[in-house]
Amino acid sequence: MSTQESTTARSRGKAPAGERVADWADGRLGIYSLAKANMRKIFPDHWSFMLGEVCLYSFLIIILTGVYLTLFFHPSMNEVEYHGSYVPLQGQLMSEAYKSTLDISFDVRGGLLIRQIHHWAAIVFLAGMFVHMMRVFFTGAFRKPREINWLFGFLLFVLGMFTGFTGYSLPDDLLSGTGVRFTQGAILSVPIVGTYISMFLFGGEFPGDDMVARFYSIHILLLPGIMLGLVVAHLILVFYHKHTQFAGPGKTNKNVVGMPLLPVYMAKAGGFFFLVFGVIAILAGIATVNPIWALGPYRPDQVSTGAQPDWYMGFAEGLVRAMPGWEINFWGHTLVLGVFIPLAIFGLFLAAIALYPFIESWVTGDKREHHILDRPRNAPTRTGLGVAWVTAYMIMLIGGGNDIIATHFHLSINAVTWFVRIGFFVGPVVAFVITKRICLGLQRRDKDKVLHGREAGIIKRLPHGEFIEVHEPLSQEQLYTLTAHEQYRPAEIGPAVDDNGVERKAKGSQKLRAKLSKAYYGEGSQIPKPTVEEYKEITSGHGHH
Amino acid sequence: MFAPADKAQADETAQSLAIEEGKQLYSVGCATCHGTDGQGTTDGPSLVGVGAAAVDFQVATGRMPAQQPGAQVPKKKNIYSQAEIDQLAAYIASLGAGPSIPTEEQYGPEGADIAKGGELFRTNCAQCHNFTGKGGALTHGKFAPNLEGVSAKHIYEAMQTGPQNMPSFPDSTLTEQNKKDIIAYLDAVNGEDTVSRGGLELGGIGPVAEGLFGWIFGLGTLIAVAVWVAARTAKAKKS
Amino acid sequence: MSSQDIPEENLPAAQATAHGELADEKHPFADPGLPPHEHRIQDVDERAAKRSERSVALMFTVSMLATIGFIASYVAIDHDKSVFVFPLGHINALNFALGLTLGVALFCIGAGAVHWARTLMSDVEVADERHPIEASPEVRAKVHADFKQGAKESVIGRRKLIRNTMLGAVALVPLSGVVLLRDLGPLPEDKLRHTLWSKGKLLVNMNTNEPLRPSDVAVGSLTFAKPEGLEEHDHAFQNEIAKAALMIVRIQPDDIKDKRELEWSHEGIVAYSKICTHVGCPISLYEQQTHHVLCPCHQSTFDLSDGARVIFGPAGHALPQLRIGVNDEGYLEALGDFEEPVGPAFWERG
Repeated sequence: MSTQESTTARSRGKAPAGERVADWADGRLGIYSLAKANMRKIFPDHWSFMLGEVCLYSFLIIILTGVYLTLFFHPSMNEVEYHGSYVPLQGQLMSEAYKSTLDISFDVRGGLLIRQIHHWAAIVFLAGMFVHMMRVFFTGAFRKPREINWLFGFLLFVLGMFTGFTGYSLPDDLLSGTGVRFTQGAILSVPIVGTYISMFLFGGEFPGDDMVARFYSIHILLLPGIMLGLVVAHLILVFYHKHTQFAGPGKTNKNVVGMPLLPVYMAKAGGFFFLVFGVIAILAGIATVNPIWALGPYRPDQVSTGAQPDWYMGFAEGLVRAMPGWEINFWGHTLVLGVFIPLAIFGLFLAAIALYPFIESWVTGDKREHHILDRPRNAPTRTGLGVAWVTAYMIMLIGGGNDIIATHFHLSINAVTWFVRIGFFVGPVVAFVITKRICLGLQRRDKDKVLHGREAGIIKRLPHGEFIEVHEPLSQEQLYTLTAHEQYRPAEIGPAVDDNGVERKAKGSQKLRAKLSKAYYGEGSQIPKPTVEEYKEITSGHGHH
Repeated sequence: MFAPADKAQADETAQSLAIEEGKQLYSVGCATCHGTDGQGTTDGPSLVGVGAAAVDFQVATGRMPAQQPGAQVPKKKNIYSQAEIDQLAAYIASLGAGPSIPTEEQYGPEGADIAKGGELFRTNCAQCHNFTGKGGALTHGKFAPNLEGVSAKHIYEAMQTGPQNMPSFPDSTLTEQNKKDIIAYLDAVNGEDTVSRGGLELGGIGPVAEGLFGWIFGLGTLIAVAVWVAARTAKAKKS
Repeated sequence: MSSQDIPEENLPAAQATAHGELADEKHPFADPGLPPHEHRIQDVDERAAKRSERSVALMFTVSMLATIGFIASYVAIDHDKSVFVFPLGHINALNFALGLTLGVALFCIGAGAVHWARTLMSDVEVADERHPIEASPEVRAKVHADFKQGAKESVIGRRKLIRNTMLGAVALVPLSGVVLLRDLGPLPEDKLRHTLWSKGKLLVNMNTNEPLRPSDVAVGSLTFAKPEGLEEHDHAFQNEIAKAALMIVRIQPDDIKDKRELEWSHEGIVAYSKICTHVGCPISLYEQQTHHVLCPCHQSTFDLSDGARVIFGPAGHALPQLRIGVNDEGYLEALGDFEEPVGPAFWERG
């Protein structure tokens, strides 16, 4: 006993410094238990699993550069006369916010670079979140147990939109000021409380003196604070649930196959941070983003054509542009449907994708955990719905840029608007039908491959003169991978009479569920997987190639 | 003593000669649409009182004679020499008083206040022509053209005369000095030597181009990088 | 590896058997298990590994040089210097140099680390077990029991008075926070209904700051005006111009289709609010031949020759017209405020 203790003590004395520090920390924080579970944690390799990292890293870049910008930015709407180094604005009246942004861009060395990194990173952050969300959606990674993490991610996307909006509004330039004016007009359209919210948000009439200061605290404190919390929670859940993986040999619902965090993922993920930062820094070095000096200071009586928000708000912009001008007056009140309906659709449209996991799990009635990802083709209805959603989103993006589209493609802006109005309803339906068909076609091809093998590209002439293409049988790995997916059977309402012969009334929700289930998994919505019997019959049969 | 009068006489003769020449050019190139005496037809508006400035703008930028009907007559290659344009202008000016062709002194950069020009541009022009004059859409296929590379004289004339659907900005509401300021501002922000500080200008049309660029070159590059990071390393060939 | 709770069919069944062959005649699609690890070139060829090592080191070195380049650029390049770079055009030299050097410095660290991971770190795929997220029935029962016991010991279920008053108190206390928000801004009252315009106020040209005469406004021209007395330096300028901005055009009286519009004009000179009735953008894309005015934000289109009624787009009602006349000195003046609120519609507008 005592000898053992003394040897431990001796070896501790000899231990390298790092180890001693870790021991010290473990005694106080218990880091070893944490490390035991996580240091060699396995992460599967797939490029699409790194989309979330793009978001995480651009978020970190935004925070880093944002802190730098706060050192120079003055969130004030006090009016000053400009006498800085940009000649075309000399002597112009502007808010301090705008002036300090000019100073960052012209007189702080590297200030412009940091501003541009901040803004480009924001654009990439939101784009990354969109694509990441689509990856999770189309592979079914949102299923149990990850529904809550899906919601966290969704909230991050929405909060990111508003953080971006409050951020690009801060310089108080003519473009963003126009956007804020639009927001104020949209707020006014809210029934009953609209005018009150507007007065309270802007500290009186638009634009007032408070907007920048208030947006500033929302942009740098409130929203990013919530987002940081959500990001941490999102990551903890990713660690806790362990990453999903695509089906493949040796990969099951009960394991995760990949490389350990230390060292491979430490290097890959850590390295990827620098890669993302590097790409965005180069982007900021070669391409202008939001050149506020060219836009001029905000004045509510001035405007420029091509008044668009940043891309992630473009979809809302499109909804507003495409909407007909409906307005109802009654009993001394006005219902501004022309603005309020797009506002409501904006919310509902986003809510639809947020709630989708719950809808699908209700339809399938599946309470099991899912860690193996679906290939999009193997869930045709889901994939179709997702593509329909993306189509509607993209059509509205086009709507948001209808004037730019019109000038650059020599079209009539009215025609583009009508295209968007019709496309918003027709496009998703067409996209759904086409996508589903493509998915089924791909499923059929997979089935053929399993049963008949891969087309080898070699043409053989048979003795009696017939030409055939040689089919190579698939390897065991491929056979497994192509047949690993599960196929649901449509849910039944159950017998119309119960065990005692008494008529049982199916509830409306049950009927709906049965209907949806049939639409999801019924005939025509999936191609039955090849069965063992089919396979054996074909492989053992003669005359097959 | 008689010399000035002689000169005036000579000028007048030259002038009437120019009008005569202009009338001939007019009857060949313009009369079909604008009528034999510039009174206008269903195909083209009356040119009485539009002034020499309007002729110089329309013909020198190639808009007139128009090639085909459409939402708007676009700029194209000019087929007349400046001398011919001056003759045409003289003829049209003789039909009724209108703004004359501005001089270098009027549109030149001396004495212009660029910043004031910027403010005026944002009040009067940017709503159609964009912040720095990159152009924009109007209704039913019409558009406000990009002002890049348009000469100072033509910009001045356009403000003065209001070609096609562009409203005019006569001296009574936008003074000569105002116009000079606007032209100087445009030269500063949309001229040949304008520095796009941040790098690639992306057309100067705002967030639509930025969003597209961010998606394609920002996220696109990052996805390409991600594919490299996650890809399998080449295996040694099986022996 | 404990395999007790993993169902048989989900196990990587063929790990023990030969790979690439049917694991079992009965299950032609059975999982053959993880494929065997294949060596990379670097694993078998030390020279290739050395090459990789040198590449990684080179990238880290380039990064160091780029950082030095960044600092040198920061010090050496004047922040106003511009440079022509194809195909970027005339750009700021400092921004370009800093962005490129910083980008390269960062990118090379990342590229080095990833290349290292891909070529030299072990690439043996490992499988980690997953465990169900939900707790076992025993744990579940224990937690439920603990909770019940705790709740019971707190007597909250029995002492209803405590529970109810506590809920009441906690529900009420956030109200203080809500009340505190009251002073964020004033109440709307009728602020949105009035502008600076009133009877006798001259129409002042936005460009020249001079009052307008009818003769100044030509047919086909476009002029912007503000109410007399409102100066750009005024503290309230932004708030007031946001409502009072005026767009003035002159239309041949014969071309004016709307009777009231003609009445409120002066010899065909009409004054309309410049603020779009949709969401408040300054609308002013005036087409002088069609008399249409388009909003650059959402393309609402109004016909200025027909009472500025909406002919396209999302705006819900016409632009308000300001009634104008000429005073004794021959200047254009307002004959009152707008008769309806300008700008976007709102609930109380009616």
